[in-house]
Amino acid sequence: MTVQLELRGITKRFPGVLANDHIDLTVEKGEIHALMGENGAGKSTLMSILFGLYQPDEGEIRLAGVERHFASPRDAIAAGLGMVFQSFKLFPSLTVAENVVFGRETTRRGRFDRKGAEREVAAIAERYGLALDPAARVDDLPVGVLQRVEIIKALYRDASVLILDEPTAVLTPQEAERLFEILRALAADGRTIIFITHKLKEVMALSDRVTVLRDGRVADRMVTAQTDARAITRAMTGRDVVLQATAAAGEPGKTVLALHDVTVHAEDGRTAVGGGGVGGSGSGVSLEVRAGEIVGIAGVAGNGQTELVEAIAGLRPIESGTVRIGGRDVTRASVAERRRAGMAYIPEDRHAVGTAGTADTTDNLSLGHHRQPPLLRRGLLQRSAMTRRARELIERFQIKVPGPATRVGTLSGGNLQKVVVAREMSHDTPLLIAEQPTRGVDIGAIEFLHGEITAFRDWGGAVLLVSAELSEIMSLAGRILVMFEGAVVAEVPAAQANESTLGMLMAGASPDQARAAQPGELV
Amino acid sequence: MNWSNLIDGELFASVVRALIPVLLAALGGLICERAGVFNIALEGLMLIGCFAAVAGSYATGSGYLGVLIAVAATVAVSAVLAYGSVTRRADPIVLGVALNIFGVGVTGFLLVAFFHVRGVFQNPKIIGLDTVRIPLLADIPWVGPVLFNLTLIGYLALILVIVTQLVMFRYPLGLRLRGVGERPTAASTLGVNPNRYRYGAVLLSGVLCGLAGAQLALGNVVQFSENMSAGRGWIAVVAVMLGRAHPIGTFGACVLFGFAEAFGFRLQGNGLPAQITDAAPYVVTLIALIIARKYFKRGIVSAVIE
Repeated sequence: MTVQLELRGITKRFPGVLANDHIDLTVEKGEIHALMGENGAGKSTLMSILFGLYQPDEGEIRLAGVERHFASPRDAIAAGLGMVFQSFKLFPSLTVAENVVFGRETTRRGRFDRKGAEREVAAIAERYGLALDPAARVDDLPVGVLQRVEIIKALYRDASVLILDEPTAVLTPQEAERLFEILRALAADGRTIIFITHKLKEVMALSDRVTVLRDGRVADRMVTAQTDARAITRAMTGRDVVLQATAAAGEPGKTVLALHDVTVHAEDGRTAVGGGGVGGSGSGVSLEVRAGEIVGIAGVAGNGQTELVEAIAGLRPIESGTVRIGGRDVTRASVAERRRAGMAYIPEDRHAVGTAGTADTTDNLSLGHHRQPPLLRRGLLQRSAMTRRARELIERFQIKVPGPATRVGTLSGGNLQKVVVAREMSHDTPLLIAEQPTRGVDIGAIEFLHGEITAFRDWGGAVLLVSAELSEIMSLAGRILVMFEGAVVAEVPAAQANESTLGMLMAGASPDQARAAQPGELV
Repeated sequence: MNWSNLIDGELFASVVRALIPVLLAALGGLICERAGVFNIALEGLMLIGCFAAVAGSYATGSGYLGVLIAVAATVAVSAVLAYGSVTRRADPIVLGVALNIFGVGVTGFLLVAFFHVRGVFQNPKIIGLDTVRIPLLADIPWVGPVLFNLTLIGYLALILVIVTQLVMFRYPLGLRLRGVGERPTAASTLGVNPNRYRYGAVLLSGVLCGLAGAQLALGNVVQFSENMSAGRGWIAVVAVMLGRAHPIGTFGACVLFGFAEAFGFRLQGNGLPAQITDAAPYVVTLIALIIARKYFKRGIVSAVIE
């Protein structure tokens, strides 16, 4: 095998941080190479340097033996690099073909040749078995297809090295499997794949070799076939991590959250929750969460989970049906009333909804607690009490932050999430709604957050957990509800759940079909 | 009131005259909008164009040199907007407001400093732009005198509607401009530098506002009066919104305002107070905005993709 890409001694300093500290990385031609590491380990910085978005302070990049300098992505693309970002870089109002050829358009006598672009895209798609319609507008397409558009973008520019940043974060297990087939086909075609991920299982299933980063340095290099998930985890975190949560000890207690026949509308007026789905009766969503249990909602993004949770939290009007928290009807109640009835809420979007980025850690941790003593006395906020409380929570939740006065907008995803979780869980309410509590968070923080959620359950709390991460739902939840097209299409006890059945249900298979494929899995 | 006095061929000619400056500024605003810069400095740029055109024509004795000087002045001022909003990443709305105020102030000041008058500057040495009559075509009844007896800037404005439409939707340049405005990060990861396109768009809006000002001060009238753009730049901003940044739609909105302005003049001739008739284009703007409100709620871009 020949070396396709070599990074030597790459070093990058940001103010106060050494993001990359003399990193060496060697990737062979036709190889699928996994790059792993916790948040802040330096993966993204390294790939941004490789793609010309940042300039390294030291070190060199060699492509097929030749030293290269990439002043911009344009240079990197010209040298044969392609990058699929975690957040897709697509133009929603343009077609698939327009997105692919953008910046390197097909022309006829100076004019943009749209038909020619569509033909080229169709040819690439055909060659690698990527099913899509080149003339479709991108904002009409599901995420799995958007990712294929991103891959075709790189292939259209004849990328010999393809970098994918957490490509499976938004996919169902089946879509992810489909992606792996595509990546294997590309590697077999002689292209080199660099695959950034948090997920050990994917690394084990897909990669040839693994490079693990920790604190900006290479912690270990391994051949996948000669290592195991435990060794990789230890290299990433420097210790053993146990993600298998303990099951609930006793029987669940009284009902804390009860939804009866709830329907909710999306922004455009169509029904987002209730009103059908494959197994749906045409009526709304009904569910119960009882004290001392975690109920998980699984589903592909966009099947009504977000709207359902917002409706429960009071951020979106409920069209019909009732919501009760602790026995109280809160269907029409304000957010504040719902919180008084016993609700805490970890929202999906910790940047836009969960925190105020320009406010400091103390303020963010005080929000919602600011109406009662000790934070409020005689109508005035008590700064010293707020700071004292913030220090306690920072300590208890192991938030890595310089101090209570640090603005939270500067924190990493995992630490920001800890701020939200600390604030919400310190309400000590009977009900916790947790929406994607560990998305984009590194494995050490996941372990911690899972520990907090199970401790809350064992204390007697009721948890409604919404997650796109099946492994998270399967390890935490006692019961799993699957949502598809706005309806709860199946309820599966966690003990009997497996990824392939849940994946089929999430993709719209009926419980019968899923049961036929996996006999004995469903009740 | 005699309605046959209100609607005749001359009315349509004055619609086109009223339309041209607004249309030029609106095309500039449209291009900026597509590139992702909300340009509300059109009013100030147009006013500066008016003054520079008159001053240039007065100094050189040539209307067309006046146009060139107007364009040079507005391009220079739009370069400030481009530098501030693109390179320095300042809010283009704040900059736009500042430039509009600057436009009123600087033209009023220079009027006194150069020509020692306040309010209105009229002089036989200001050479206006002649209309260029296209033989035969101009003899077509109704349409001919209206569309084929314009200044060169007037013809250019109408041609530019078609050119903008073609470039925007049929050429790689237009594709890139639209992409840059919609998702600049996506464009830069494909090696297309959004800043270059935004600079180009803002400077081009400077050229177009210079032409708009020259048409207003050397074509429609031959004089400069303080604040003579009188809200036309703002109407151009609204026309871009109503036309949803489509050249044809924006043109349609400009025709609507041109009609309102020309009709207002006509009503004035029929004895309505000038204060009321002058308000006609703005009343139309308000009504159009309210009617179009529901269309604005649905943005052009979706929130699905970052």
